[in-house]
Amino acid sequence: MIVAERKPYEEIRAMLAPYKKVLVFGCGGCVTVCATGGQKEAEILAEELKLTDAKDGVSREYVVKTVERQCEREFLAEAASEIGAVDAVLSLACGAGVNLLAEAYPKPAVLPAMNTTFLGVNDSPGVWVERCKGCGDCILHTTGGICPVARCSKNILNGPCGGTHDGKCEVSDEIDCVWALIVKRLTETNALDGYRRIVPPKDWRRGGHGGPRKMTREELIK
Amino acid sequence: MKSGSNLEKVLAAGQFAVTAELGPPKGSDLEVIKKKAAFLKGVADAVNITDNQTAIVRMSSMAAACAAIQNGLEPVMQMVCRDRNRIAMQSDLFGAVAGGIRNCLFISGDHPKSGNHPEAKIVYDIDSIQALAMAKRMRDEGKVLCGEEIEGKMPLFIGAAWTPLGDPLEIRPLRLAKKVDAGADFIQTQAVYDIKAFGKQMKVAGDLGLLDKVKILVGVIPLKGVGMARYMQKNVPGVTVPESLVKRLKDAGKEAAPEEGIKITVELIQKLREMPGVAGVHIMAIEWEHRVKEIVEAAGLLPRPTV
Repeated sequence: MIVAERKPYEEIRAMLAPYKKVLVFGCGGCVTVCATGGQKEAEILAEELKLTDAKDGVSREYVVKTVERQCEREFLAEAASEIGAVDAVLSLACGAGVNLLAEAYPKPAVLPAMNTTFLGVNDSPGVWVERCKGCGDCILHTTGGICPVARCSKNILNGPCGGTHDGKCEVSDEIDCVWALIVKRLTETNALDGYRRIVPPKDWRRGGHGGPRKMTREELIK
Repeated sequence: MKSGSNLEKVLAAGQFAVTAELGPPKGSDLEVIKKKAAFLKGVADAVNITDNQTAIVRMSSMAAACAAIQNGLEPVMQMVCRDRNRIAMQSDLFGAVAGGIRNCLFISGDHPKSGNHPEAKIVYDIDSIQALAMAKRMRDEGKVLCGEEIEGKMPLFIGAAWTPLGDPLEIRPLRLAKKVDAGADFIQTQAVYDIKAFGKQMKVAGDLGLLDKVKILVGVIPLKGVGMARYMQKNVPGVTVPESLVKRLKDAGKEAAPEEGIKITVELIQKLREMPGVAGVHIMAIEWEHRVKEIVEAAGLLPRPTV
């Protein structure tokens, strides 16, 4: 899923300053799953904002709504009347949702309530970790299903570097050395033979360094 | 000869090589290089010019290497993968050769986390092994990575680093093999204090047939005292300092510890000299350039050969 965390409260407050009527707009997709931007979080945020407004003597109106996914125009349309009635939409979706909102609705100010962080998984209750960089050229079949592009601090494709120690990364003892994990798995599955092969330089264009990416499915284009 | 560098010639002649290290200044002051160079001239066959080591901004390794040449040293220009993409790395290699640099060593580079700009955007477009293959291709095929022809020759003696006692231990000889396959002519290792453990890794490397293909210069870092030894044990990955050495420094007392450290270094060099497959030593005397000469002298390695 796409993992996003809510921006600091004060940053959101500052963004809202010029506006009188705000839609606090939740997303039912990834941010609901990672418990940061769904209907529940949108409601809590709106209540908190109302309380602070009352305390500060600010007069501002809030509407709360959540659609299934803000990254699809059809779902956004379900909130068209609410969006049309406010001067700012505070979106709790990931950056993709915020962008589509701005593309689809030219009038209201579009404000991000979230910092979109990574493509990841739920590691344990309350903990999400990065597992994919969307590099556009998957090599997981060669690395025992463990990704050095997403998880090596130096993107090393022929690891491990000399900075690894006790299975941890030189950047932090909190970070597993992904190459230590890869080597362990390849060894345990008798797949270490491929390790001697020198992995050539990667074509980073597919990973976003060739400009914004696009996927086209001809058969779906009407 | 691949490069005609002094280091290559010394190694080719079967002489036990000595390299040292010179850290460029944190600024434009060439006097720093001049001063350090004076300590190292005639003491080492070549001197590594570090590339923004520990991710702290310093004079570029290429500029400092050119300054080292002007001060009578032969440089080993270090190049990290952290700060430049393949375009900049190849461009700098052109410039380096044009400037008279003949030895170049490729490493991943310390992560900015440990440096003075931890918020920097990292590059790591290619890794150190890919960089070795790139440099070899430039030299041997006269082509840049994309396959286009290079104007002029690229006589480079290509170096790589090796952390023989890094974790996981069993992968280290294999990763050395990858570096040799990729194009490393010589290796400079991370600091070695545990001769026995290192010897075991060298045995594995020998069994893989690597020692005939690459010249291995073993890293030695003089210990200035117990504090430094403990720091190395705790904070430098892949470096183990046996307790027997720490005890010697402790027993020497605070004042005499540096001298004991020098003595230990000399003994390490002498033991390494007897180990099959060891082609030389790489003395990393961090901000201790002025003590390198006495180490090399005490190890019986002066004068340096002229080849």
